[in-house]
Amino acid sequence: MEEKELQETAIEEIEETTAEEVLSTEDGETPLDKNVKLMSPGRMILRRFFRSKLSITGLIMLAALFVFCWLGPVVYQQWGEIETDYTGAIEYDDYVIEDANNGGEFIQIIVTNNGINALAPPSASHLLGTDEQGMDIFTRLMYGGRLSLSISFLAVFLTSFLGVVLGGISGFYGGIVDNIIMRICDVLICLPTLPLMLIIGTVLDANEVPSEYYIYLLMGLLSLFSWPGMARLVRGQILFLREQEYMVAAEAMGYSTARRIFKHLLPNVLPQILVSMTMSLGSMILYESTLSYLNLGVRIPYSSWGTMIEVISKRSDILQNHFNVWGPPGICIIIAVLGFNFIGDGLRDALDPKQRR
Amino acid sequence: MFKYILKRLGICVLILLGVSFLLYTLLRCVPASFVDYKILALSQNTDAISDEFIAEMKRAYGLDVGIVQGYFNWLGNIARLDFGKSFISSRPVLEELFRADRMGTSFIVAAIATVFEFMIAIPLGITAATHQYSLRDYIVTVLVMIGISLPSFFFGQVLKDLFANKLNWFPVSGMSDAGSTLTGWAATVDYLRHMFLPVLTVCILSIGGRMRSTRTNMLEVLNSDYIRTARAKGLRESKVIYKHAFRNTMIPVVTSLAGLIPGLFSGAMITEQVFDLTGIGNYALTAMTQGDIPVIMTYNMFLAALSVIGVLLADLMYAVVDPRVKLV
Repeated sequence: MEEKELQETAIEEIEETTAEEVLSTEDGETPLDKNVKLMSPGRMILRRFFRSKLSITGLIMLAALFVFCWLGPVVYQQWGEIETDYTGAIEYDDYVIEDANNGGEFIQIIVTNNGINALAPPSASHLLGTDEQGMDIFTRLMYGGRLSLSISFLAVFLTSFLGVVLGGISGFYGGIVDNIIMRICDVLICLPTLPLMLIIGTVLDANEVPSEYYIYLLMGLLSLFSWPGMARLVRGQILFLREQEYMVAAEAMGYSTARRIFKHLLPNVLPQILVSMTMSLGSMILYESTLSYLNLGVRIPYSSWGTMIEVISKRSDILQNHFNVWGPPGICIIIAVLGFNFIGDGLRDALDPKQRR
Repeated sequence: MFKYILKRLGICVLILLGVSFLLYTLLRCVPASFVDYKILALSQNTDAISDEFIAEMKRAYGLDVGIVQGYFNWLGNIARLDFGKSFISSRPVLEELFRADRMGTSFIVAAIATVFEFMIAIPLGITAATHQYSLRDYIVTVLVMIGISLPSFFFGQVLKDLFANKLNWFPVSGMSDAGSTLTGWAATVDYLRHMFLPVLTVCILSIGGRMRSTRTNMLEVLNSDYIRTARAKGLRESKVIYKHAFRNTMIPVVTSLAGLIPGLFSGAMITEQVFDLTGIGNYALTAMTQGDIPVIMTYNMFLAALSVIGVLLADLMYAVVDPRVKLV
């Protein structure tokens, strides 16, 4: 299998070179260097990345989600994110009551005007129906996606920034600084994440943080506790690279510290950082939704995918009878996390210099 | 070796001290403590509650001192193996946590799930690696990746809705049927039926990671020189894979066993909450929402201690399994 693909690559490369070959064969002989097409490492990585069907699937899934969440509300403006549908249906409940005194029976009809069009089934005006508060699920799905995706990006960037800086300092300077930072890492890694978030959530609750900023603050605090993974990764890489000949050479050339770090070390650590960031994007989405499920995340009326599912923990009738309320956000979460995982996996394979393909 | 272990144990103690101080500080930062709630509840019955009474209450629960002082009090008690009493039930914390229906339930769910996880994930990882880039590899990879991507509460609820509510194959929630008087064999079957869906949830969610790591390890081993040698000798492919490659693939698996220790006892918080099990995770969740400081501290410190010991054991195991590794 592998050999066959290798051959295909070779054939492709030869085909690509033929055009240039024609130009250079005036004297009937091909210069040797024109026979070989050199690809920059960047192009090789892209090529390997796009060869994997899974990473392309991941890209398509995420692109579709992003278009849906960011362009969707622009196009579909029938309902707002927190707009309740007040065209409530009028319900008729009829009971047959036996008249004990006179014999016979009469029918009692109870007319209820709900006011709110809650838990409506999917229809033309509500593509996915409405939730228990009469809000349009399709619309909330789009706004919720905006929030879920942007929060996870925010948290991952913050976590990675802290991790790269602290891990970099730790690996580059070593000694006592390294020791202190690594011990802090050990302590933070031992703190169980979910209980920690529950405690922090309660603290935020008590300080009456406005519900718009609540989740941003919570995820920001989460990154304060979750950088050690990235820091360890970066430190390990830098410790390894620091001993390489080219770094010794760079030092011998008298390059400044900044130049050595930013020009020679960082580009070599970047692949691992990128892979780990992509993977953690998925897990951050899961964290955000779990927190929302535990009522610690985005607050109603604002929506996120987790908040939209949360209702089933309180009302089992919705769990059993209204899949349209909690199914779509769950599926969206799965698509997003799966997309990030596919891309991360593809990136890892593509960026691995040991891979020959 | 002995010196190494001693040194590592010393570091472990330091780490645990750091963890406990951080946790205690955070817990005391929660402004509305358990006592406040209790006083609020009391004040609805009686009109006036004197300040002395409130102070007395806070003193009784050890919340009248500052954070640093309170932390050292707590540490002193731990040193005397006094883990305190649960605020809610007023029973000793250890007795509450290590009851058979708390720790026991969580342990059984985690243990069964882990056994199945290994039994399913390792063969899958190996076939995926030996058939790299084939249709089989893609199917297995996609399936386990979906498993990793599932939010636990969503997947748990879907299983519950499908198998318990709609198909009625398994009980919806809880540990046993209400008011059941089953004994012996029948009781065991009933118990296992209640455990099935939670175990399935935990298992499916964890297969992915294990399968991916097995696949990566196996690929690495298959690319090594001694496998080429084994093939060049003309050994049968099955012998190459199951005898030569498999053993070396097992090195990371065996060392990761120690890392499983905290997971076995921590309880799957969300899954237990979804299926309404009485496990330790669900208990800790309740304790956390009610501000039961002794329970939260003991639970989290127990987990932290287990994970520190797990890391140490994993390093030791590595030296045992792989003779090339020397501990210094």
